[in-house]
Amino acid sequence: MEFGIFTVGDVTTDPTTGHTVTEHERIKNTVAIAKKAEEVGLDVVAVGQHHNPPFVASSPTTTMAYIGAQTERIKLSTSTTLITTTDPVRIAEDYATLQHLLDGRMDLMLGRGNTGPVYPWFGKDIRDGIPLAIENYALLRRLWREENVDWEGKYRTPLQGFTSTPRPLDGQPPFVWHGSIRSPEIAEQAAYYGDGFFSNHIFWPASHTARMVEFYRQRFEHYGHGKAEDAIVGLGGQVYMARTSQDAVREFRPYFDNAPVYGHGPSLEEFTEQTPLTVGTPQQVVERTLSFREYAGDYQRQLFLVDHAGLPLTTVLNQLDLLGEVVADLRKELGEEAAA
Amino acid sequence: MRLVDASGRTAVRRLAVVTAGLSEPSSTRLLADLLAEASVQALVSTGSTDGNVEVELEMIELRPLAHALTDHLLTGFATGDLARAIDAVTSADAVIAVTPVFSASYSGLFKTFFDVLEQDALAGTPVLVGATAGTARHSLVLEHALRPLFSYLHAVVVPTGVFAASEDWGTGGADGALRRRVERAAGELAALVSASPRREHLDQFDRDIATMGSFEDLLGS
Repeated sequence: MEFGIFTVGDVTTDPTTGHTVTEHERIKNTVAIAKKAEEVGLDVVAVGQHHNPPFVASSPTTTMAYIGAQTERIKLSTSTTLITTTDPVRIAEDYATLQHLLDGRMDLMLGRGNTGPVYPWFGKDIRDGIPLAIENYALLRRLWREENVDWEGKYRTPLQGFTSTPRPLDGQPPFVWHGSIRSPEIAEQAAYYGDGFFSNHIFWPASHTARMVEFYRQRFEHYGHGKAEDAIVGLGGQVYMARTSQDAVREFRPYFDNAPVYGHGPSLEEFTEQTPLTVGTPQQVVERTLSFREYAGDYQRQLFLVDHAGLPLTTVLNQLDLLGEVVADLRKELGEEAAA
Repeated sequence: MRLVDASGRTAVRRLAVVTAGLSEPSSTRLLADLLAEASVQALVSTGSTDGNVEVELEMIELRPLAHALTDHLLTGFATGDLARAIDAVTSADAVIAVTPVFSASYSGLFKTFFDVLEQDALAGTPVLVGATAGTARHSLVLEHALRPLFSYLHAVVVPTGVFAASEDWGTGGADGALRRRVERAAGELAALVSASPRREHLDQFDRDIATMGSFEDLLGS
């Protein structure tokens, strides 16, 4: 079981101070957050890919390489790599290069992206989101596994005798997760190839995640990759912690009330009850996180969102100290050793 | 309401009524009650010729769901009473939808409820539309606003919509012309229900999986 954090790289005004970090600060803060994640004993840090303001994270492999050069142990991943609007040839090259630079200390999570205007900026159409994800990933797999690829499809120019370089480290392509909130096609895709399936989990009721994960597990077994319970599942989570739950709620409420995704809607208390968001003590986060297994089964990766909605860097670093305690407890509860 | 004949066969028909009235008492709710009562009677009498019919009636007032509807717009999911209301409407054999007229159309609250339903959730469902206003000058709202809305949702809208203005509640209203329109609309709704097969209730996830095909299909498409 791996524990980590995932970020979307948003630049959001801190609602308590009115201060907005610069893009430069946000990018540097992401590096500081990743280094801190390693320091407190987390296993994974995943960075996003977005091509529109208010996000700064347009170039995940650049950021991953920089973080990787300054860390020793933590695995670098993405949340997510846009398989629809990024040329699969560039994904093959960029992530294989990264795999060499990081001595294999990386993997990636593919996602479609749900912002309509981004697609035409890259010559694509959001209505082709699913077919793009399927065709592009089928090509990506071949580029990592075959040399002299002859290929023709709908969405990019044909390839004749193309060899993607560098070849994957030790001939072993990077591990791939497929992330989705609500498309069973993506769970089916992950199951078909025996890849990992990551359910965003946050922002939606757990009952929805439970159905998607169960569907993926059944299909994983159907395609002969092993038993349903051995399928490779990852879940998101969203937490804010303090030593007392009253302090946690008081500190987080202004960020919650103004958050880009769910702000000005349900109350913090309602949203906490309706979704996996946990605002409270580290012990409450341990208990809530353990409860995810009741509907998702044994799973392999838990990523937490801790740095969005304008939370300042000092607060995020403090959250990571607490998250380190939470993860140590979770490992104890799960009877596992910290990843070496 | 149950009617049992010698064979003992009973078919359950689920009727959901959505009413967007805001005041208490509300003339929109009054019209919804008239339409519901007449429709239950019509469904039961239609049933008596081709087996027994039991009607399960679910009355959904949107006013207490107003906050939850706004939350749904912002978060993309329903909870609690709103989730139960959506389930009642999308799994119903027939729907009665009644709104007050606001600014020459259905009210925003009424529209919001139908905005948050999943795509195709009402496809093929018989729907009886009704509206209320202070004057009969608004009566074509049924034809220029409600009917196109439900046509877009691929519902089957009964030919007679029922509009009630303030004057309809007085002399010659509830016992006269309005009552006759209500009964005609209810009869049309019952006929559509008895002519349409029981549908399996699928949500978006079920429908996505049902239409997805195999992964080889996806790869080849």
